[in-house]
Parts: sequence; structure tokens; C-alpha cells
Amino acid sequence: MSAVGNFLKNTTTRRGVGAIVCFVIIWHIGAMIDDWTGVDVLGIGLVPPPGDVFAAFLGVIPKVGYWMSWVSSFSRVLAGFLVAMIIGIPFGLLLAVNRYFRGVFFPPFEILRPIPPLAWVPASLIFWPTNEMSIAFVTFLGAFFTIVINVLGGARSIDISYLRAAQSMGASQMDLFWKIVLPGTLPSIFTGAAVGMGITWEVVLAAEMISGGGTQGGGGLGFFIWNSYMGGSLEQIVVGMISIGIAGYICSSTIRKIGYFFMPWRRLF
Amino acid sequence: MVNKSPKRKKIGALSIKNVTKIYDPSGVNVKAVDDCSMEIAGGEVCMIVGPSGCGKTTLLNAIAGFHSITEGSIHLDGELLCGPTKPKAEQSAERMVVFQHGALFPWKTLQENVAYGPTVQRVLSKNEAMDKAGQMLAEAGLGQFVKKYPGEVSSGMARRAEIVRALINNPKVLLLDEPYRAMDALTKQIMHESLLETYDRTGVTIFFITHDLEEAIFLGDKVHVVTTRPCQLKKTVEVKIPRPRSYATQSSEGFRKLLEEVNDAVHEEAVKAFQAGEREMA
Repeated sequence: MSAVGNFLKNTTTRRGVGAIVCFVIIWHIGAMIDDWTGVDVLGIGLVPPPGDVFAAFLGVIPKVGYWMSWVSSFSRVLAGFLVAMIIGIPFGLLLAVNRYFRGVFFPPFEILRPIPPLAWVPASLIFWPTNEMSIAFVTFLGAFFTIVINVLGGARSIDISYLRAAQSMGASQMDLFWKIVLPGTLPSIFTGAAVGMGITWEVVLAAEMISGGGTQGGGGLGFFIWNSYMGGSLEQIVVGMISIGIAGYICSSTIRKIGYFFMPWRRLF
Repeated sequence: MVNKSPKRKKIGALSIKNVTKIYDPSGVNVKAVDDCSMEIAGGEVCMIVGPSGCGKTTLLNAIAGFHSITEGSIHLDGELLCGPTKPKAEQSAERMVVFQHGALFPWKTLQENVAYGPTVQRVLSKNEAMDKAGQMLAEAGLGQFVKKYPGEVSSGMARRAEIVRALINNPKVLLLDEPYRAMDALTKQIMHESLLETYDRTGVTIFFITHDLEEAIFLGDKVHVVTTRPCQLKKTVEVKIPRPRSYATQSSEGFRKLLEEVNDAVHEEAVKAFQAGEREMA
């Protein structure tokens, strides 16, 4: 009990928990309003009440298939996201610091960037030999453009005084890059990562629904929702949605933690 | 003017001769500096006063090597920085700038910031540089804050640390571009005292741009009043108040007289600048 007490001592935590509790209460009222009054308000009476969803949640927790969905969605997200980071960060930095590189690569980049990742799904299903690779590719695209544009913007907006000061103090081009441009861009890198991660989840889910996910358990959370829809289980649809919410929260808070570690000077805010 | 050894006086003499700078982005042809000449003796505190946007910073940028000049030449201790054969001076630690909005690296602690110069120049090892930085910050009264990030200290402390960061490189000239602009009067006083104390200790030549006339007279050996754009030297006022100076001197008769003299010269230019601005807007 004292652990819960300590947990609730923090004002921010208390507000967060309070907000979630209020949300669940409103959800419950909304779902039950049809039963209570006999008036069907815009069809929201069809929404399963939180209790039923919770029961469905307890129902899927022991099932291996449900956890396999987590694993496959997560690994797709991570794979696409990490590749996007590994290619996107150096690519964005190069665009920022090298005029010739920018001249050559920025125009095609800008033409490809507005194409929504989902528009790539049909082409990549045809192009890549397996479903899995097409999903990974589309996921990668979702994060890649966001990361690059953030890194580029961040690196280009570094205060010129920092560069001048460093150069006056005798910094070489290498010093400038590693000690000024890179740390100066870190905040934008993490912003790009956080936004890119969000997009990655969107894309993975949609791609899983479209592609049908593939074989047993490998469908991912997107397929889990789709399957529940096909099976007519409203509760399980909501369970899938909440799972994605939790998964996204885990990812974004992990990115925040890593950012906190790499940018000690930002801890003051 | 007193309390300085002759040895100190020799280093850091700036000679600005007939410097003209024309900005010509897409043919707009803005003359920022026009045939401006100034002699600054080694170890002198030289204050540049003039209306906003008149080209003072352009002059500073030319000395620091951030911008090229169109005509004329600038020498430091007889050596050519920039001139007809070489429009842009090289950036060098002998001419350190303290920027208008502050340019301490936010991702480094004050100590790391100060240690940066000697480290990248490889004149000291990382550890030696850190030791020296800590020591110099302590001398400047920032001993407790060496491990703080710039975002954690007040603007006054950050500015003092930035001056220390410049001084660790043993510059011949310190170029300050309105460093105390956004500060309240009380903080400014402390900044002035600290700068004067630093100056008395190092005797470094100071090229200081400001709008604040009292600041100019209180700190300077000479106050150069420049005209509105294009920037030209209008008047030089010598400040013969002995050092070390204290705030009491600000209420003295001599100080008031100098203030009046500078004010007359500046006011005329300010009016011109204002009218020119009105014309541009019309």
C-alpha cells in the first residue's frame, strides 16, 4: 500500500492517473447510455463498456498468439525505425553540411517525401519478394523522411555564433562537426526520432492490415485488430487498439529516456 | 591610462584604414561602412558608439574574420589582417569575440566551454585545459558554477564565463559586441566592475560596441562615435579619468561633461538614422 502511496505522491502522476480514471468513467457512461435510457446516441451504444474490454484483455493475456502479435509488430517497428535512424541521421547531417551533396540529393528527396508511406504499399508488395520485407520497407520509409527532415532542419538552424566562436578558438572542420554540429543537432535528432517512431507504428499497423499479415501469429497487432473485426469481436478490437497505445507509449518513453541520457544539458527543462 | 606597464601597451594595436564594406546581395548595394579609419593603441579600451544598424558590427566582423571588406585595410600590430590582397581576415584566437546574444555552447559545462579553445588548439591536454579553465573561472568568481551548464546560470554569469573562455586563449584583442545589452542596470554594474578588473589584470586591447553612453565613458580610454549608415568615424572623445575607476566617478563633473559631449555627437546621428528610417518606410 505504501508503494501505491508513494507513487501517488507525485502531482504529475496523480494527475495522469486521475485523467485516465475519468476517461474510463466517461467511456463507461457513453457505452451504457443506450442501456440506461433506451436512447441510441449516434450508435455509441455499440461501443463495448470498459469492463467487457477488460475481461477480453484478461482473456487474451494467456494466449501465445496475442503476444506473438506484439513481438512481430515490435520487431517490424524496431527494424524499420533503426534502419531509418542509421541511414537517416548521417544522410540528414550530410545534407546540412555539404552543399554539393545537398544540391544532388535534396531535390529527389523532396519529391519522394510527400508520398505517404501507405502509397508505397502496393508497389513494395510487388517489388519485394516477401510480405515481411515489404512491410519493413514501408515502415522504414515512414520514419526515414521525418528523421532526415528533422536532422537537416536542426543542423541548419544551429546558431552561427557557435560555429564562429569555435572556429575563432581554432576548431578544425572535424572538431566543428563532432563538437558543435552533432551536439547542436541532438535535440532535433530526438524530436525526429519521437515523431518518426509514431509514424512507424501507424505505418506498421496499416501495412499489417492491408497485407493480411501472413502466417500464424506473425500477423502483428494490426492483423490482430483486423482479425477481431472479421470475427466480429468488438471487445478484442478495442483490446488491440489499447495494446497499440501501450506499445507506442513504451517506445516514446524509451526514446525520451535515451534523449535524457545523451543530453544532460536539457535536463534542466 | 595609468597602471599599465609599457610592455602591455605594445600588444594588440589595431589600425583600421579607409575601410569600406558594401553588401551586395542580388545587387542591393548597401554601403555599411564607408571609408572608416581608426587607430586603436595596444592595451586600449576602445568604445564604439553609434546608432542601431549603422555598421558597427560589420566592422567587428571584419576584424574577427567573419566577413570580408570591400576596400581599405586592417592591421594588427603591423601585420595585415585584411586588405586589398586579402579581403577576408583569417579567424584566429588572437582576436576573440564575445557575442551579442552569447555563444557559450549549451551542451558543455562552463568549465568545458572555457577549456574548449586550448583543447582544440592542442596547446594543452584535455586535463590541463580543464584545470586551467577551472582556475580561471574561480578567479572570475565563478568557482562554484564550473560544473553548471550555461542554461543553469544567470545571463550575467554566462557572459562572464564567455569572457573567460575568450581570455584563456591569450587574445591580443577582445571584441565585444554589446555584451551587456539586455541586462538590468544592477547586473550591468557588476559586469562593468568585473570587466574592468579583468582588464586591469590582463591589459588586453578591448574593442567594445555599445549603445550605452555611460557605459562607454565609464569603461573606455577612448570613445569613438560613428555616424549612421554608412559607418564613418565622426568624433573621438578621450576619457582621461584615471584607473582604477569606481562608480563614484560617474557622478563627477568631468564624467558629466564627457557624457554631454558624446551625447551631442550621438544624438545628431540618431536623429539622422531615425529620419533615414522614416524615409525608407515611406
